[in-house]
Amino acid sequence: MTILVELKNLTKCFGNRKVLDGVTLQIQEGEILALVGPNGSGKTTLLKILAFLEKPTGGENKFQGEIVTGKNAERMRLQSAMVFQRTLLFSTTVYNNVAYGLKMRKMPKKIIEEEVKKALKLVRLEGFEKRSAKKLSGGEEQRVALARALVLKTKLLLLDEPTANLDPKNASMLEEVIATVNRELKTTIVMATHNMFQAKTLPHRVALINDGRIFEVGTAAEIFGKLSKSLASFAAVDNTFAGTAKITEAGTTIVDVGNGVQIEATLQKQGETSVFISPQDIILSKNLLKSSARNVFKGKIIQIADLGLLVKLTVDVGKPFTVQITKRSFSEMALNLNVEVFIVFKASSVQAI
Amino acid sequence: MNQVLDGIVKALQLIFSGDPTVYGIVYRSLLFSGIATIIAVLWGTPIAMLLGLRDFHGKSILKGLFNALIGMPTVALGLILLLILSKDGPLGFLGILYTPAAIILGEAVLVTPLVVSITTTAIEAVDPEMMNLAKTLGASESQASIAVLKEAMNGVILSDIASFNRATAELGVALLVGGNIAGLTDVLTTDISKYTQRGDFSYAIALAIILLVIVFGINLIIVSARKVKILLTLGGMPQ
Repeated sequence: MTILVELKNLTKCFGNRKVLDGVTLQIQEGEILALVGPNGSGKTTLLKILAFLEKPTGGENKFQGEIVTGKNAERMRLQSAMVFQRTLLFSTTVYNNVAYGLKMRKMPKKIIEEEVKKALKLVRLEGFEKRSAKKLSGGEEQRVALARALVLKTKLLLLDEPTANLDPKNASMLEEVIATVNRELKTTIVMATHNMFQAKTLPHRVALINDGRIFEVGTAAEIFGKLSKSLASFAAVDNTFAGTAKITEAGTTIVDVGNGVQIEATLQKQGETSVFISPQDIILSKNLLKSSARNVFKGKIIQIADLGLLVKLTVDVGKPFTVQITKRSFSEMALNLNVEVFIVFKASSVQAI
Repeated sequence: MNQVLDGIVKALQLIFSGDPTVYGIVYRSLLFSGIATIIAVLWGTPIAMLLGLRDFHGKSILKGLFNALIGMPTVALGLILLLILSKDGPLGFLGILYTPAAIILGEAVLVTPLVVSITTTAIEAVDPEMMNLAKTLGASESQASIAVLKEAMNGVILSDIASFNRATAELGVALLVGGNIAGLTDVLTTDISKYTQRGDFSYAIALAIILLVIVFGINLIIVSARKVKILLTLGGMPQ
């Protein structure tokens, strides 16, 4: 496999703060590589260096065998495109947004029209050309941002938490597009993600990053199999817990993750294990719900993060769980810090890592 | 009171009769202020882009200076320019004192801080990642800066209107470097002052009404035009 990007001992400092510390990484042409790490681990900075938007403070960045310098970065940028975590669209039509990069490349008008149409079809936004970009839903905005990058057919595509602020339906659609683009256009994709399930299923390889250092790179099977304990203690990803599993008489598994929290799963596991529950699979309620779900915990909201259309809540039930709900639900339920709530999820939502 | 009412009636007669003196003054006002504003925008916008998009030593001092200069008394600036443009002054060789060029230059200098400050604020209000966004889509540094400027277009237009209004409504610069020569360098404000001192209220009131109509009228047109879809789309469209 050809090496597209080679990073050697890369460092990046902002003033006195070291954000990247000796990063060495090779990215193969045609692969999807996931960067998994907590907030502040350096993922976004690394993506920006790969996108030639930031210059490293030290070390070497090679793209297609050529060392990236201040002088050739502008030329190199034509070979890559980055989609930011926070969706940013120009204050104009969807068409003009998607066409922007093609206009920068001085493509003929007719070709621009064709390519924009194809890109919008790929992200399932046919007919949206004349719509104002400022009047789209969150999911539509993210898809326009992706179309705007995909239309350029660059060798390298960088995605910063591409589905973080999306509901499950839009997230799934976007993941499908990412997989299609990689498969059909052979685009090399590097994506930063918090989503363990996404990191397990979508990429060819996973790189774990924390405190500005990459401490493990491998296939998803290598990373999630061998390193399950360190991955869970990574605290990189929401709702990953390490504990001791015991198979019950009923055939399910109880995983004791500490502090009185015991998670029931439909897995068959015994001994030390790590589990993950997607924030989207957890239901939040103010009152105890009677349901078939095996996992019911009472706790307090200890953190609230506004993600635009969605709100991310951290609920402490003895262990912190991340839950994602719509903004509408958040205001209708009159939720706030220190409010007591119940979190509920099915045993089948619990995944082993 | 009778004198004032009489003045208003005669003023309206002058306005609607198309009096050449009145309209000559209006034309010169609009022309000088318009050109001055264009000059201020041409040299002020790149300064605003520098202040809005880059970090450098002394940036906050420079920003503070432009903000402070917004409040520059027009008569003080007029006096400074008079001394500079006079025969013995450093720019006396240009020979533009008491000509339209002096007024245009003076008003351009007067409104430049306004252009710079408001445009800088508008640029700073644009999401800081906009530059990176444009660049990652293939824009050069200058193309990305223009994309940001286009996102700040509402603020840019506001600064231009405010600057034009200030230039049109100022007195000190036009009077001191223009000399209020009839038919050459007299403008709305200088003539309002002249006719009022003479006691010729009909002309003074006529010119004052026109000045107010211009200042409020332009504001109204632009605010309405900003709501027109085409103008907004054109203004906000990247290259």
